[in-house]
Amino acid sequence: MAGTDTTTAPGTGSVGAGLDALESTPAGRRPFTRTLREKILPPLTAVVVVLVAWQALITFHVVDDPSKLPSPGDVWARFREDWFQGKLLGYIWTSVSRGLLGFALALLIGTPLGLLVARVRFVRAAIGPILSGLQSLPSVAWVPPAVIWLGLDNSMMYAVILLGAVPSIANGLVSGVDQVPPLFLRAGRTLGATGLQGVRHVLLPAALPGYVAGMKQGWAFSWRSLMAAEIIASFPDLGVGLGQLLENGRNAQDMAMVFEAILLILFVGIAIDLLIFSPLERSVLRGRGLLVKN
Amino acid sequence: MATALAKADPSAEYAARLDHVSKSFAGPGGQQLVLDDITLDVAPGEFVTLLGASGCGKSTLLNLVAGLDRPTTGSIGTDGRPALMFQEHALFPWLTAGKNIELALKLRGVAKADRRTEADRLLDLVRLGGAHGKRVHELSGGMRQRVALARALGQESSLLLMDEPFAALDAITRDVLHDELTRIWSETGVSVLFVTHNVREAVRLAQRVVLLSSRPGRIAREWRVELPQPRRIEDAPVAELSVEITDVLRGEIRRHGRH
Repeated sequence: MAGTDTTTAPGTGSVGAGLDALESTPAGRRPFTRTLREKILPPLTAVVVVLVAWQALITFHVVDDPSKLPSPGDVWARFREDWFQGKLLGYIWTSVSRGLLGFALALLIGTPLGLLVARVRFVRAAIGPILSGLQSLPSVAWVPPAVIWLGLDNSMMYAVILLGAVPSIANGLVSGVDQVPPLFLRAGRTLGATGLQGVRHVLLPAALPGYVAGMKQGWAFSWRSLMAAEIIASFPDLGVGLGQLLENGRNAQDMAMVFEAILLILFVGIAIDLLIFSPLERSVLRGRGLLVKN
Repeated sequence: MATALAKADPSAEYAARLDHVSKSFAGPGGQQLVLDDITLDVAPGEFVTLLGASGCGKSTLLNLVAGLDRPTTGSIGTDGRPALMFQEHALFPWLTAGKNIELALKLRGVAKADRRTEADRLLDLVRLGGAHGKRVHELSGGMRQRVALARALGQESSLLLMDEPFAALDAITRDVLHDELTRIWSETGVSVLFVTHNVREAVRLAQRVVLLSSRPGRIAREWRVELPQPRRIEDAPVAELSVEITDVLRGEIRRHGRH
């Protein structure tokens, strides 16, 4: 048996090793102090600047009407009060649980739908344009029909979320599949990955970046749709989510409560993106060397 | 499990047999003949380079042999499904170097427990031992092509098709990979059908150089290269034969300028 003894002139192997060392790029993670300086400090500064400007409007009597603009302190007091009464987490959880469950359902429906549109020419011609068009329809438009069809309950909320998120997720997967380089498909076929194996080992992993981008957008749409539904269809039996909180604040002419609700909606949307979708997207892109480091 | 690679079966008549193969595509001016009546055998364990200018249908020919496309007329026989290496590495970026090879093994039906060892053995063979966990983007161009070679070898085909696999590499890396390919070819006994437009590369590597004319691609001439391996691309006999082949190749190209 030949084993691994070499038949080439001595030295070519080591030349190869030298080239490898010269040409490969070492991969490392950035140190935490740099992350702190470049990623955490700038947005923190921006928040502080906004707070200072806000407080300045009050302190220098530029806006002197607390029913139009409450002070940061008033809003903070609202937060504290709701926190100590144990209501704050309840508001958040009511909306977040709806949002995430609705999103999960949207994922279950959007994924096979996207695959069908991407791979079956007839389905694509039939519903592809509608699916793209649905993305530009504000999902708040679905609230009135959903209330009429399903009544004022949670199922109506989920319906609105689905109508907002499913097109994004399906479209993301379609564009992910469309952008798979044909070379990968050819390489997969020569390796013997045909039919379902080709879908599983080549097509789906290759389409993952587009799919994740679609998921990210899908979440943003889910959250927006849900807030629209909660604001319009507020009904005591549904429990108080963030949208209802906002609507309650308006009804009570309580600007501090309105601000509280808006800030919570913003924070939760950002937090879910930062905690779930951004890390997911980064890990997908980093693994493929598609993440530009600076 | 078997540690030896698939040696070409010496009892087999051929690794690939092309019998009067023609291929035409629908073009703007009707059917366009790309390959015209190609008859070619690759013997088990043989190293053949297919040489030609652009438009000679080299890549079309490889696609036909690889089974990615069907000939318009004629027939192609191979001993099992051939492995194919592209000019671009075509490694899957969502997998590590080692997992790329393991995917080839998995699709071939190698048991899960044996895949890791077999992948590491193939990486050792292309002198990339220890690169199992490396991501594709962390590797240099030459390393990527070596992983692609290891993945192709992992298919255990008796025939390896190579479509200008070193064309995008710098000259120094290409020289090293020529040595590596020659070594791996003689160690494994795999048959190679190697497409290139680089005359010296063709002579440096092959036992037989087949020259294709362009539009349509026809076999213009063949040379046996009797020089001992390992050769160097700078060797005087390699250069001499290259000059001879280049002259014929230029004559073929010149014909197209006349009409």
